[in-house]
Amino acid sequence: MSGQREPTAATGPASTGRVAAERAVLRLARPYLGRLVGAGLLAAATEFAGLALMATATWLLMSAAGQPPLDRLTVAIVAVRALAISRGVFRYTERLAGHDAVLRMITDVRARVFATLAARRGATHRSGDVLSRLVSDVEAVQDLLLRVLVPASAAAVVGVLAVAVAALISVPAAGALTVGLLVAGVALPALATAVTRRSAAEVAPLRGALATDAIDLTHGAADLAAFGATEGALRAAEQRAHRLARLERRLAATGFAVDAAGVLTAGATAAAVVLAALAADVSGVLVGVLAVGALAAVEVTLALVTAARQWTQLRPGLTRVADLLDAEPQTAPPATGRTDLAGPHELRFVDVTVRYRAGAAPALDGVSLDLPAGRRIAVVGPSGAGKSTLAAVLTGTVRPASGRVTLDGHDLSAYAEEALPRAVGGLLAEAYVFHATVRENLLLGRPAAGEEELTAATAAAGLLDWVQAQPAGWDTVVGEEGGQLSGGQRQRLALARALLAAPAVLVLDEPTEGLDPTAADAVLASALAFTPAGHSVLLITHRLSGLAELDEIVVLDGGRVIQRGRHAELVAAPGWYRDQWLLQTAAERGYLALAP
Amino acid sequence: MSRRPFDPRLLRRVPAARGDLAVLALLGVLAAGLIVAQATALASVLATAIDGRLDRPALAGFVVTVAARSALVWAQGTISARVAATVKATLRADLLGAVGRHGPGWVAGQRAGEIATLAGRGLDALDAYFTGYLPQLVLSVTVPLAVLARVVFADWSSAVIIALTLPLIPVFGALLGWQAQAATERQWRRLALLGGHFLDMVAGLPTLRAFGRARGQTDVVRRMADGHRVATMKTLRIAFLSALVLELVATLSVALVAVPVGIRLLSGGLALQTALLVLLLTPEAYLPLRAAGSRFHASMEGLTALDEALTLSAAPATPRAAEGAATPDARAEIRFEAVTVAYERTTALRDVTLTIRPGERIAIIGPSGAGKSTLLGLLLGFVAPTSGRITVDGVDLATVDTDAWRRQLAWVPQRAHLFAASLADNIRLGAADTPADVLAAAVHDAALDDVVAGLPDGLDTVLGERGHGLSSGQRQRVALARAFLRAAPVVLLDEPTARLDTAAEAVVLDATRRLVAGRTAVLVAHRPALLADADRILRVEDGRVTELTPEPTGKVTR
Repeated sequence: MSGQREPTAATGPASTGRVAAERAVLRLARPYLGRLVGAGLLAAATEFAGLALMATATWLLMSAAGQPPLDRLTVAIVAVRALAISRGVFRYTERLAGHDAVLRMITDVRARVFATLAARRGATHRSGDVLSRLVSDVEAVQDLLLRVLVPASAAAVVGVLAVAVAALISVPAAGALTVGLLVAGVALPALATAVTRRSAAEVAPLRGALATDAIDLTHGAADLAAFGATEGALRAAEQRAHRLARLERRLAATGFAVDAAGVLTAGATAAAVVLAALAADVSGVLVGVLAVGALAAVEVTLALVTAARQWTQLRPGLTRVADLLDAEPQTAPPATGRTDLAGPHELRFVDVTVRYRAGAAPALDGVSLDLPAGRRIAVVGPSGAGKSTLAAVLTGTVRPASGRVTLDGHDLSAYAEEALPRAVGGLLAEAYVFHATVRENLLLGRPAAGEEELTAATAAAGLLDWVQAQPAGWDTVVGEEGGQLSGGQRQRLALARALLAAPAVLVLDEPTEGLDPTAADAVLASALAFTPAGHSVLLITHRLSGLAELDEIVVLDGGRVIQRGRHAELVAAPGWYRDQWLLQTAAERGYLALAP
Repeated sequence: MSRRPFDPRLLRRVPAARGDLAVLALLGVLAAGLIVAQATALASVLATAIDGRLDRPALAGFVVTVAARSALVWAQGTISARVAATVKATLRADLLGAVGRHGPGWVAGQRAGEIATLAGRGLDALDAYFTGYLPQLVLSVTVPLAVLARVVFADWSSAVIIALTLPLIPVFGALLGWQAQAATERQWRRLALLGGHFLDMVAGLPTLRAFGRARGQTDVVRRMADGHRVATMKTLRIAFLSALVLELVATLSVALVAVPVGIRLLSGGLALQTALLVLLLTPEAYLPLRAAGSRFHASMEGLTALDEALTLSAAPATPRAAEGAATPDARAEIRFEAVTVAYERTTALRDVTLTIRPGERIAIIGPSGAGKSTLLGLLLGFVAPTSGRITVDGVDLATVDTDAWRRQLAWVPQRAHLFAASLADNIRLGAADTPADVLAAAVHDAALDDVVAGLPDGLDTVLGERGHGLSSGQRQRVALARAFLRAAPVVLLDEPTARLDTAAEAVVLDATRRLVAGRTAVLVAHRPALLADADRILRVEDGRVTELTPEPTGKVTR
């Protein structure tokens, strides 16, 4: 089934109507339309086989009652057997075909969502919640096709066929059936949609508030207990839970009324068909066939009620996926800009100011830096001083509001986004460790790296002993978000990856975070020693130990440079650096002096 | 991962649901009766219609049974939803109540997230279990029995065949289940790995971008997603095959009943009405068993949540001193006598003996993870000593009324939790009826005035989840305001200026100095300014506490 030429939903411009999201999804489905239509037809065949089975069996029994010669029944007997077996087989193939088509399409959707996100320039701040929502949104696309479109189209096909067959027997009976099918397939689903939508609108805020209560009571348990506020907070949460329960009960009464109406519709349709058929003097056997068939047909059509509910629940997710894919049509040029990134580089900050929000205090305020090839600089300062913003500007994820950042005299933005990391990059804040092997995580830094290079970089980060002690060695899987590793090992792995990447301007943002002081000193020293002489280093750290060899230390506070110079000079002069240095060494010297 | 379809603990723990569950069972019996009645009426209508006549009473009976079934569907749905709502509300309250009962020591760490998710949205998965699976489970018992009972009266030989073939459904279901389970579970584990991959990639995008690999990774995502598809299809083939086998078993069973009925009908040995009744009823007997089986999978998530909630909320609480127990005055000597605190994996404090005299300001320093926060946790009653004891005015802290004792403490944690409530409510935590002027004084003492002035609704501004909207420095000042409001004789501060920039630190330090003035204070600190104000400095390291002479090396005057 090639199906590439099947008519699709209108893809014309404008009309951002109520089904825009569905339309976007169907556009994505176009390459798989043949498979999807096939699955829909198989689903229709399944339902129709079930209906025909009941109708034929009834005909068979009622005819048999007239005690005709057996051969008049042979065809029907064979048909019943065939229908009984084929229904199961149809269902099996339909489910496989449907899932196969939809999963193929989801592969596409995932790749496109990822490509769209990857093409975004600049930082994207997303919490874990938003990310997992994105993943389930993509799954909503799958559900739309499997649980809404396929059963809906099957129901529509079976409904039309049933009416057509009924019309051959008796037009009035077919009329009665049509009314019943329209109620079951159009009116009730519409009602279900409205009810579900209203319920969701009422329930969602309360559920959200309850989720917040739960967070406050658990994550804030210590604060509540210390201030004797646990009881009050518990009572409030309990009241909200009961309010939600009352609302849910009330809404259920409305929601299930639709299902009840469905049962009533099926029975009433069958009764009406019997009345209509008898009034039209249809033969007795066929009256039975019509009645049983009508009952079955309406029940098939009632699947649309469930589909409508599903659809209503899926809509928000579908809209988000459609918006994501629409908002950024893949126009972002993949590799424009300068790519001449060989050789040593000179990086300069001239009077750089960064402001995240208009009116807010600047995160960087008139910062100038000079980083010629081979120079090694440390940027220190308290939290919130602007250190990480500096790194973000350096790697092109944040653009300065004023001032210039240049690489070899060209503005940083002139370089191709994909190419820049080869020259400027390294270990950035919140370096992510992938749920993959140690080797795969490292090769991200430099895909072409050989075993020797891996070994050298890992040794410099102090992780080699650990890797060699693992039974699987380089192929050790590190677990979700590096969960199988300790915080220190994760940090060393991220550092090894940055060292392996070896950009000419190496940025190290808190490379020894999570390591104890002795290990931190050793790792910092070996990482600096590992960096080739012609490469420059920009080290961001809150620890002042091990900075004596660096060419310059820049102290940031409140986004401004408040001190700069070599370690020896800064320690000699009063100011933040000396205070902090004395404090840290005192803490660590005391620590050493008191160690047994 | 095999779970019983019904957790009997539910009846004990949620007594309010018992009545509704009983009604649900009764409705199941009624529903079975109505299915039988409807088939009987329809058989009668059709048997008469063969002569072109209309059996009015039978048709009326058919319509009435249909109407009754419709009402029953409504009642079943409404009541099962009611059970779901009741159970969820009760379990939520129980779960959160357990948090209150056990205290912050129990809920710390990973468990906080687990419980928050479970009590929040996790329990909503029970809707599918109660409204989808449970009524079906009832029907899978009542309907086959009712059908059998009816068919015995109409045609006992058919009833025998039904009775013999009916058990095939659960037997085959179980056989197929065992057969497929091992294979399926292995598959699902792989699936989870591959499914997680997309999330992993999206979460790691900033890192991919940092190495210039973001775009290049799209192909990897596609390849992995395709691998996911292939693996899923393999699993589904097995899962669908067992559904197919069950359907064929049901179909063949119906055929086994129908063939002799047809033959006897042909030979005139059976009335048409009886034959029609058997034909209409027989499939109904097999249906609910299969439906319950297929819905069981969909309600697994709910059952898992139910099990977790019942288990977590039933965890025995550490015994606490009865209310009304003696409460020592905190303006007395506090002594640690050979206190050891051992957690599951580590020992946080070993054999600590120390005395805190009234009015003393004690600074505690030491590397992170050395046990500094545990020291404060002991005083707050969040942590109990594994051995040794803490006394206040000679009274063992383990025997005092915890709430009354805590009322004499003001605590400023490392990172205060701010609640999704107004700023005023956040400050007067645990003291909702604080007069406005007292609140204003606390705001002023904590140097929060400018923060309040900058907020759209001042003190009435509602903060976001976890206090979203305030900076770290501002949050720390809110915590200080709480402590000021408490006006307690003992203050406990846990690195109040960690992670603050210099400007924010200066403001918080100023306020901290005002707070500790004239009170007993224990402060975990690194900052020179705080150390300078301390009467004594203690070093905590590897769980041991050493008295550090306040010696110039550690002291920096500013």
